[in-house]
Amino acid sequence: MSDDHEHHDGNTDHELRVSKIRDGTVIDHVRGGQALNVLAILGIDGSKGEEVSVGMNVPSDRFARKDIVKVEGRELSQDEVDVLTLIAPDATINIVRDYEVVEKHRVERPDVVVGVLSCPNDGCITTGNEPVTSRFDVLEGAVRCSYCETIVREEIAALIDTA
Amino acid sequence: MRHDHLITSKQLSRADIEAILDRAAEIDADRAAVADRHAGSLLGLLFFEPSTRTKMSFETAMKRLGGDVVDMGSVESSSVKKGETLADTVRVIEGYADALVLRHPKQGAAKMASEYVDVPLLNAGDGAGHHPTQTMLDLYTIRENAGLDDLTIGIMGDLKYGRTVHSLAHALTNFDTRQHFISPESLQLPREVIYDLHQAQDAQVREHETLEDILPSLDVLYVTRIQQERFPDKDEYQKVAGEYQIDKRILEAARDDLTIMHPLPRVDEIAPEIDETEHAAYFEQAHNGVPVRMALLDLLLSKNGGGADE
Repeated sequence: MSDDHEHHDGNTDHELRVSKIRDGTVIDHVRGGQALNVLAILGIDGSKGEEVSVGMNVPSDRFARKDIVKVEGRELSQDEVDVLTLIAPDATINIVRDYEVVEKHRVERPDVVVGVLSCPNDGCITTGNEPVTSRFDVLEGAVRCSYCETIVREEIAALIDTA
Repeated sequence: MRHDHLITSKQLSRADIEAILDRAAEIDADRAAVADRHAGSLLGLLFFEPSTRTKMSFETAMKRLGGDVVDMGSVESSSVKKGETLADTVRVIEGYADALVLRHPKQGAAKMASEYVDVPLLNAGDGAGHHPTQTMLDLYTIRENAGLDDLTIGIMGDLKYGRTVHSLAHALTNFDTRQHFISPESLQLPREVIYDLHQAQDAQVREHETLEDILPSLDVLYVTRIQQERFPDKDEYQKVAGEYQIDKRILEAARDDLTIMHPLPRVDEIAPEIDETEHAAYFEQAHNGVPVRMALLDLLLSKNGGGADE
C-alpha cells in the first residue's frame, strides 16, 4: 500500500484501505503507532475540514509495521517536514499532484524546532504564562529545551504541543 | 566578554574567564581607583527569590563603583503579585537602569528575559539552572588558593539541584582540571550537565557516592548543602546526610593544603571546628563576591558606554 501512487493504474486502487489522494502529501514509512503524532506535529486535527487518511500498523517491506498519512490539498513545507524527523526519522514524503508523485524526499534532521514541543520540566520558564515560544535544539536521538536545557531522549512525541 | 548578557558560564571561554578574574584582582588590589568609575549608573535588582549574599554583594559592588541600585523589592510587594509577566517586568525596569540582575525560581528565566532587553542582564540564579556570577567568584577563590590548572577538585552534596555546581563544573572544563562529583545516587548531576561535560573537550569527570577514596588526592573540596526537603522520605535523608559532613576527623585523610569551599549558607555540612583551620576558604569566597561582581559590572557597563577612563 505504501507505494500505491507509484503503481497507480486507474480505478482499482480507489478501493485501497487508505484511499489515494489527488493533490497533497503522502507521508510514508512512519514508525508504527506514530501517525496521530505526525498529524499533531503538523497541527492537523480535522477541525479546519482537512481531508486526511491514516493507515496504522500496516504491513511494510522496510519495517514489520508502519503508519501512513495522506493529507489532501496540502503540500508540506520544508519546516514541517523537518520536524517530522523527531518522531518519524525514516519517513518518506511524497508530494502528489493530479494523482502523480511529483516529488519524493526523505526527512532531514533540523538543528532547532520552534513552537512544536512543550518542555516537560515544570520548572522551565516556558511552562508558565510568559510570552515565550518553545524552542528545542535537536541532538542525536534527543531534543533539548533551549531555555532550561532539559534533554529528552524518550517519548519525544509526548511533548508535541497540541494546544 | 563576547556577550552583553551573562546567562551561563558556558558562554565564557578561558580567555573571558581570565579577563574577568584579572580585572577582579586589579580592583581588589586598589578599590579606590574605581571608586567613581560608574558614578551615575544604576543597577536594577530583580530578585524573585529571597537572597542575602548575592543581592547584597551586587549592591555593594555597584556602590563601590560609584553607582547605585534600584530594587524591585519583594515579590509580594511588586506588580508580579498582580500577575505581571517576567517579560513585562524586565522591559519596564530596563527603562530605569543601565544593567539588570535577575534571580528567578524558573530555569531558563534569565535567558528568556535577556531576549526582551537591550541593557546587560546578569543571571543571579535561575531555579536549578545556572549561577554564573557565583562561579566567577568560586574560580577567583580557587585560583587564589590552588591555581586553576593541574587541579583535582571534588564537588560534593546536592549536585542535582545545585545551580552553583552546574555552572562551576562547566567553567572548570576550560582548565586542566580533574573533577570528582560526590553525591547520593538520588542527587547526582542532571543528565544535561553530564552531557555538556562530555561534550567539552578533554574534560576529566568521575562520579562517586562516597568521599573516602578520593579525598586524599583533592586540591579543593567544594561542598554544597544536601537539602532535606529534596528527600520524600526523611529516613532516606538521615541515611545519607551523615556521610557528607566534613569535620576534623574526616580531614585526617586529606592533604594539608586542601582548600574547602562552600557557596553558603551552610547548615551542618561543615563543622564549625573547620572554620579556624587553614582549609576553610568559604568566608573568603563570600567576600570575593564583591570584587568579582565589581569586575563583571565594570566590564559590562564599560562596554555599553559607561565608565570613566582610568
